[in-house]
Amino acid sequence: MTATLFVEQTLNGLQFGVMLFLMAAGLTLIFGIMDVINLAHGSLYMAGAFVGATITARTGSFTLGVLAGAAAGALIALILELTIIRRLYARDHLDQVLATYALILTFNEGVKVLWGPAPIFLSAPAALAGTIEVLPGIPYPTYRLVVIAAGIGAALFLGWLIGRTRAGMLIRAGTTNRETVQALGVDVGLLFALVFAVGGALAGLAGVMAGPILAVQVGMGEQILILAFVVVVVGGLGSVRGAMAGALLVGLTDTWARALLPTLLRGLLPPASADQVAANLGSVAVYLLMAVVLAVRPQGLFPRHA
Amino acid sequence: MRERAAVAVGLALLVAAPFVLEAMDEAFLLSVLTRMLAYALAAAALDLVLGYGGMVSFGHGAFLGTGAYVAGVLLHHRADGTAVIDWPVRIGGTAEALVAWPAAALVSGLLAAAIGAISLRTRAVHFIMITLAFAQMVFFLVLALPQYGGTDGLMVPGRNVLVGASLAGDAPLYWAALALLVAFLAFARSAMAARFGLALKGARMNERRALALGVPVYRIRLAAFTLSGAVAGLAGAVLANQSSFVSPDLLSWQRSGELMVMVILGGQGTLFGPVLGAIALLAAEEELAALTEHWMLILGPALLVVVLFFRGGLWRVVAGKGGHA
Repeated sequence: MTATLFVEQTLNGLQFGVMLFLMAAGLTLIFGIMDVINLAHGSLYMAGAFVGATITARTGSFTLGVLAGAAAGALIALILELTIIRRLYARDHLDQVLATYALILTFNEGVKVLWGPAPIFLSAPAALAGTIEVLPGIPYPTYRLVVIAAGIGAALFLGWLIGRTRAGMLIRAGTTNRETVQALGVDVGLLFALVFAVGGALAGLAGVMAGPILAVQVGMGEQILILAFVVVVVGGLGSVRGAMAGALLVGLTDTWARALLPTLLRGLLPPASADQVAANLGSVAVYLLMAVVLAVRPQGLFPRHA
Repeated sequence: MRERAAVAVGLALLVAAPFVLEAMDEAFLLSVLTRMLAYALAAAALDLVLGYGGMVSFGHGAFLGTGAYVAGVLLHHRADGTAVIDWPVRIGGTAEALVAWPAAALVSGLLAAAIGAISLRTRAVHFIMITLAFAQMVFFLVLALPQYGGTDGLMVPGRNVLVGASLAGDAPLYWAALALLVAFLAFARSAMAARFGLALKGARMNERRALALGVPVYRIRLAAFTLSGAVAGLAGAVLANQSSFVSPDLLSWQRSGELMVMVILGGQGTLFGPVLGAIALLAAEEELAALTEHWMLILGPALLVVVLFFRGGLWRVVAGKGGHA
């Protein structure tokens, strides 16, 4: 493996990792505080991508598209929380899974009705279309670097929000002991809605930023949702720090496995099938990582203290 | 009493169905019914884990699909005259159901044992996410087998034969599927009333207490999970015969979700409920799909309403007696 390939794939892994973090952070917070498993989180990601792509196409401004995508994620999350998710807090996890599974079906079909079944196109703005030489002789797409920076920015913002503000203090207290926070007179309804909206905004942001890299299509939400679950499980449920560590680990593992396997397999298989086999076996690497982590630490890398 | 009557009526309807459909000149519907019975078998198998064991498995599609692939691949190699594997021992293809179907159950069961052994170390939401993730891993592993069609799936040439008698045509496969379902329900019913079932239910209701009473909770749960996976694989083998086609779609998370919906719709922890749930859900899908292309837009909200406002499932309505809510 050459140095160029190594640097490129590591950066790709980082970029994928921050994307996963944006998804996983919302999931893990929602679980940590409300004890809710939300399958429809992937739908917020999809909604962000579709709204972002549409606004970008209408206004010609990618920045507006990104803002609209994040806003759409937050708004839909808020509406969902107020109308449906709120009724699920007292239910068991099975009901939550089924209700949010029904939401996925509804959202996927709804997007098909509104935008049609074909993938839609979202390109990176012209200013970010080129490449930057990250190391002498190694060019890397500018847009992907911006995604990494934006993801790190969002992570820092989240760190500040949770670590340094009053709302964040209540969120942290909520993950440790919800009943006590409630007993102290905090309006948990408001807090829950806020957390849901923040999670939705992050998912929408991830969706619209993924647009120019992956395809904007129906079903895009579930693919990343399942990987975000892996991240959350590897990192430890309810832990934002765990989500960060898990996201980078999963992002790098996935990218490296996909980059390395074709070269390895080409020696063993005919080249035509080697690439297909490698692409799918590469996807398996992440789940093996999860199995290994769970075998050693069933509660994940950063377990919550009970 | 009313439950017994409901079961008797249900069985009588299923036995009468081929003759009635024949008389009505709608025999093609028998194939649709066979598909319902196969899903009913898988849903009843999932009920052991989900309803009786309280383990929310979001990965049963993997076992269903694996069983389908085992039966399909054996038929495929049989038609080609090639071997499934040449080394260390040569295993050729086969059409004999007495070999292929147990093989499907065995492979799915082993897979379930491996996935269960890791997943059962965790609880609650962890367990849901992990079973989902492992099922996704199996999905990608199957995609990585180009000789079996990859994303395109695999056409299954012909059907299994049962002790030399062909299962071709709609009726023979229907009877085979019905026999499997009845046998499993009878077995599972008595197993759930025996020590095994009591221990499984006890562990769901109060794990600490079960442990203190000396119940080997982990082993009992793993046994139930393995059995459930094996039977789901058997259902997959029936499906491969019914549709003459196996595709990765059978292993997808949507299938896993659908199986869960069938169990809940019918009533978890009742065994008969999931059978009713499977028939009801597939019938609803058929009807809605005939109505509009965007039938998911009706089914999704309908499911949501069912989950939010109707508890206990269809079986409670029919039999007057449900499992636990």
